[in-house]
Amino acid sequence: MLEFADIWNVLFLRDYNTRLVVICTMLLGCACGLMGGFLLLRKRSLMGDTLSHATLPGVGLAFMLAVALGGDGKSLPFLLSGAAITGVLGCWAVLLIRNHTRIKDDAAMGIVLSVFFGAGVAVLGMIQTMPEGSAAGLESFIYGKTASMVLSDFWILVLVTLCVLTGSLVLFKEFRLLCFDESFAASLGWPVKVLDVILLGLVTAVTVAGLQAVGLILIIAFLITPAAAARFWTNQLDRMLLLSALIGGASGWLGASLSAFYPRLPAGAVIVLVAAFVFLISMLIGSERGVLVRWLRQTQLKYRIGRQHLLRALYEILEAGRSDGELTIQAVPFRQVRGRRTWSDASLREYIRRAYDDGLLEVQNKEDSIRLTEAGLAEAAQVTRNHRLWELYLIEYADVATSRVDRDADMVEHVLGEQMVARLESQLQTYRSAGSLVPASPHPIVPGD
Amino acid sequence: MINAVSKQASPGHEALADPKRIPLTIRDLTVAYHRKPVIWDIDLSIPEGKLVSIVGPNGAGKSTLIKACLDLIPRSSGEVIIYGQSYEKERKRVGYVPQRESVDWDFPVSALDVVAMGTYAQLGWFRRVSKRSKALSMQALERVGLADYAHRQISQLSGGQQQRTFLARALVQDADIYFMDEPFAAVDAATERAIVELLKDLQRRGKTVLVVHHDLATVPQYFDWTVLLNMRVVAAGPTESVFTQENLRRTYGGKLTLLTQAANEIVKSR
Repeated sequence: MLEFADIWNVLFLRDYNTRLVVICTMLLGCACGLMGGFLLLRKRSLMGDTLSHATLPGVGLAFMLAVALGGDGKSLPFLLSGAAITGVLGCWAVLLIRNHTRIKDDAAMGIVLSVFFGAGVAVLGMIQTMPEGSAAGLESFIYGKTASMVLSDFWILVLVTLCVLTGSLVLFKEFRLLCFDESFAASLGWPVKVLDVILLGLVTAVTVAGLQAVGLILIIAFLITPAAAARFWTNQLDRMLLLSALIGGASGWLGASLSAFYPRLPAGAVIVLVAAFVFLISMLIGSERGVLVRWLRQTQLKYRIGRQHLLRALYEILEAGRSDGELTIQAVPFRQVRGRRTWSDASLREYIRRAYDDGLLEVQNKEDSIRLTEAGLAEAAQVTRNHRLWELYLIEYADVATSRVDRDADMVEHVLGEQMVARLESQLQTYRSAGSLVPASPHPIVPGD
Repeated sequence: MINAVSKQASPGHEALADPKRIPLTIRDLTVAYHRKPVIWDIDLSIPEGKLVSIVGPNGAGKSTLIKACLDLIPRSSGEVIIYGQSYEKERKRVGYVPQRESVDWDFPVSALDVVAMGTYAQLGWFRRVSKRSKALSMQALERVGLADYAHRQISQLSGGQQQRTFLARALVQDADIYFMDEPFAAVDAATERAIVELLKDLQRRGKTVLVVHHDLATVPQYFDWTVLLNMRVVAAGPTESVFTQENLRRTYGGKLTLLTQAANEIVKSR
């Protein structure tokens, strides 16, 4: 059974055996999150996948070369250099295919990714038959093996994280321009290709450094998932990158800690699952673009519009029924309101219920008729006024035909802010002093039944 | 003085004018994709201070022409001269408005951020966007009527507002010659009027503006210089002498649609 103290010790880096691994994956997560943000916005996610798969033959070939040169082949910087070289070669092959044939991006990446990976598996197979090969443990690059991380991994990761951090701080403006509008960047004279190479170089560094921890198959998820999750929370690039780095770091920290308790679970998979969990949560409740927020906003808008339609319908009914002078509040039969628009019974009753809750209506005779309160009448007049101001504006300035102005105004009036209304008023001064607060409708109002 | 006189005396003979006063000269320009030429042997000279429409059917190479001028795509042959110099040297005097669809409007930046991109060339490497850049960008947003939307994320802008954001970005470039790729595409009437006002304002300040334009009906109204393009330059010059039914027929050939016929009617009725 797990002891609470053990969990505590691992999470807060008190446990000597896991401390290094947890710090390493945390650093990697930060670097991945940061670069992943740019990769995602540059629309190069699949390029990252190609890159990581193409590292495998490099690892194998570097090992064979080292053995041929008389070493034991396990020097990590040497292996990672090999990985970086074939990784970049893979990307280059994609660009070559794309630029010189009519094969499209996705097909080019599919081809390169699988061919390089296949070559890597073949090379690894050959290494297995070598006498020195059996103990090489190169397969850990495929799925990752955090437990095998040592102090030299830590230093490599520190170096890579520093590079990525400086790179994205110093070149923030340049990368933003490159990712948003490449051709405009080029027209300003920025060396787009050089920037692209720097970006790719940093992504390569992160990918290669992450091979040990999460493996080449899963590293792409570690790059993209935190960035995609962060996007749900903010509309600003700098905040998104910061958040992405934090989510990446936290996933690395939690994931590595969890897998420390269950040694049979590969750490790479656990880390990616943690990141995916954060993504899922963000997708649901993200404050800017989360599914829930969007749904809430839409529902709110729907009810606001419904309420305004209801109030305006009531106002116009009263307006049509008045003999002269002041508008007086009277009870209006439900079916008459119902006939004003094409709304369903259920939704109209819902709007009425909400307006009643807000003290705008009184309901009489078991909802057979409704009556505005004083507050309700004030708001109804306001709503009707906005609608008519907008209609007049459309007729006057946007050349909208009188016959269809009602529908056009319908769409916009609900989102008019106070400022906008003030501006409309000043532009339509002539209508302002037309006697009443609410200008007359510029089109005949179709009466309800 | 002499230049002005010679220009007035013989419009269309810009060769006599000081080459440094000619915003754009194109010689023998050919661009090919996959060995298939898209534009052929373009020879063109645009005088200073003109609003120029580039008109032609789909696939005529209008965007390609602009992109080739800006070194965004490789040229098979020919040269582009900006104010008597190569584009490399006079880059700072050139502004560019790409097609609106060419970027992802879901990108996490605000309208102000996008406009500030127009100042990046002046800022140079590594430097952050300065307060001055932001102030300039804000002014440009005011000029296109979007000051209230400066901090909106760009996906929350309407199509017309997005287009005006792009125009504001070109304004902060403070260039002398502008290349605009379909700024009128799919914008509302209000935006179209705003853009036209902006173009006229640029012209009043002596700028030269080249616009890829689709709506033949508005060409004579908006532009005083016209380039009719269909892989080659069919005709180029003052709109009133170039924008003729005969030239349009030669440009659009068999592709003459109802719309262009309507435009012809307009030309005839003038």
